Order: sequence, then C-alpha cells, then structure tokens
Amino acid sequence: MHKSIYAYIFVMAVVSYLIRVFPLAVIRKPITNKYIKSFLYYIPYVTLTVMTFPAIIYATDSKIGGIAALAVGILLAFFTRNLFVVACGCCVTVLILSFVI
Amino acid sequence: MNEKATVKSKIFLKGMKDGAPIGLGYFAVSFSIGITAKNTGLNALQGLFLSLLNNASAGEMAGLSSIAARTSLITLAVVMLVTNARYLLMSCALSQKFSPDTPFYHRLLIAFDITDEIFGIGISYHGYLEPAYMYGAFLTTIPMWAAGTVLGIVVGNILPQIIVNALSVAIYGMFLAVVIPPCRKNKVITGVVITSFVLSYISKYIPFISKTSESIRVIILTLIISGTAALLFPIKDDEEEEKTNA
Repeated sequence: MHKSIYAYIFVMAVVSYLIRVFPLAVIRKPITNKYIKSFLYYIPYVTLTVMTFPAIIYATDSKIGGIAALAVGILLAFFTRNLFVVACGCCVTVLILSFVI
Repeated sequence: MNEKATVKSKIFLKGMKDGAPIGLGYFAVSFSIGITAKNTGLNALQGLFLSLLNNASAGEMAGLSSIAARTSLITLAVVMLVTNARYLLMSCALSQKFSPDTPFYHRLLIAFDITDEIFGIGISYHGYLEPAYMYGAFLTTIPMWAAGTVLGIVVGNILPQIIVNALSVAIYGMFLAVVIPPCRKNKVITGVVITSFVLSYISKYIPFISKTSESIRVIILTLIISGTAALLFPIKDDEEEEKTNA
C-alpha cells in the first residue's frame, strides 16, 4: 500500500505544479475571454465553501461544536480577515465546548 | 554590485517578514492536515512529501479523500485540477507582475509555491515582482507548512483526543478566512458563497449526487455554481484589481 500512496502523492505534486507553472511559463499575455476569467474568478469561493460545509459539522465529536466553530469562523473571518485568528478561533471554540458539553 | 546585493538581501528579508505570519497560520492548518493524513494511512515521510510538494490546503484535503477512497489516479488528477484551478488564474495575474528583465527560470521556481496567501502578498508588491521577495516569503512559509503536517502525523495521536478534536476544524477556519472577507464588499461573491452553502447541504441528500464521492461532489458543484455565476455575473476588470488589493 505504501507504494500506491507515493503514486498518489506524485500525481498530486505533478498536477499542482503544472497548474501553477503553465500560465507563468506559457501565457505571457492576460486572458481576455470574459467568461473564462469570471469562471476562474468564482471557483475558489465555491470550492472552499463546498469543502467547508457541511464537513465542518461532522469534523468534531459533537455536531454542536462543529456548528459553533462554523459560526465563530464566519464572524471572525468577516471582522478580522486574519487567517491565523480565524483558524485558532475555530479550534478554541470546539475546545471550550468540549469541556462544557 | 555590492550595493545591488544589499538591496536584494533587504528585499529578501522583507519577504521573510511578510511571510512569517502566513507561516504561523500554515502551521496550525497543516497540523490538522497531518491529522487527516494520519487517519488516511500516511506515515510521516509521506506527509512530508505530500505537503512539501503540493503546498495546497484544499488540494491536499481533496487528494487525501481520493487516497482514502482509493480512486483511480486519473480521477485524482481531475480532482487536483479542479480544486487547484484557482491557481491558474493567480498565475495568470502574477505573470503580469514580472519585469521583462527577470530571467525565465525565476518563473519556474516561483510557480512552485503560488498559494492563496503567497499570491496575495506577491500581487500587492509595489511595482515589478522581485524574485528575492518571493523566495524570502517561501523560506518562512514552506518549512512551516511541511513541519506542521509531519507533526500532525507524528504527534496527532499522542495528543489528547480533546485537542485533536479541536484542531480538526483549523483547516475549515482557513477556508472561511479566504471565502468570507470578500463578501464585505462584493455582493455577487456573497450570493455565490450562500448558494454554495445551501446547495452543498442539499446535495448531501439528493439521491444521485449524495452517492458519489466527496471529491466528485465538490467538482460537480464547483462547475455548476461557478459556471452559472460567470454567465449571470461576468466580472468587470476593476473587480479583479479590488481582489488583489484586499
């Protein structure tokens, strides 16, 4: 099984690098197609949201902790915009609730 | 020549400094990726390669779920292509930041670590992008990202369950920190994010989609929602600039 995990990691690394290097190396001019530009522009928001929800609710031992982490995360992200603060805030919320519940 | 070297090292130090807080955030998040990697069956060395070679939170999480499901390598490649597709756009934008005098090999090296955050500081760099600045930022972020993953795998199951439990939401916190702030200014993004929340939840209960794997579900929803949003609300050129200045 170890060998196959390395195969997975190798494919991941190659695809990740090609995606990043392709535009830098090949496309020297900006993309002008409005639809492609818009499509690419919206992708991170959809992908990351879909990956976050509802997964975050089931990530911890209790659903309540997950839902609270989501709420705190949204609020902190909205008001602080700080990656570190948001990530830690979510963790602390779950930690505190696991003592309370 | 000496003076030029001094300027370069100053720029390098500036990159290190700007990268430091990002590195801290990475450490917390990649620790939680390490825990997921451990649960997926990866050992520390595999975790090291995973994070060192990928430098992508969402991509690594999606890749790990592919490994867990033992999907085909083709499926994995498609999953990586879709979850990392945003880097295509970032690289396009960043390619415009290079001075015509910058040697080509810098493009090949810098491409290695274009992440949401590194892109953010790179694109907002004043004037042409200095490769030294990027390498400085790499130095304080890449090792933190890799170390966090390895530590998550090694220490993840020594830590009390209550701590591991809490850390497992760090990655989602990071995703929220990317997705939510632009909603303050951009109503379309707000709409896209809310739609994604709703459809993602509903899709768990739709007979056909709920039976597909998590990564396929992410691909389907991304194509549908981003595709529709692009048709209905094509971006204006200034929107992109707004994003890069945020």
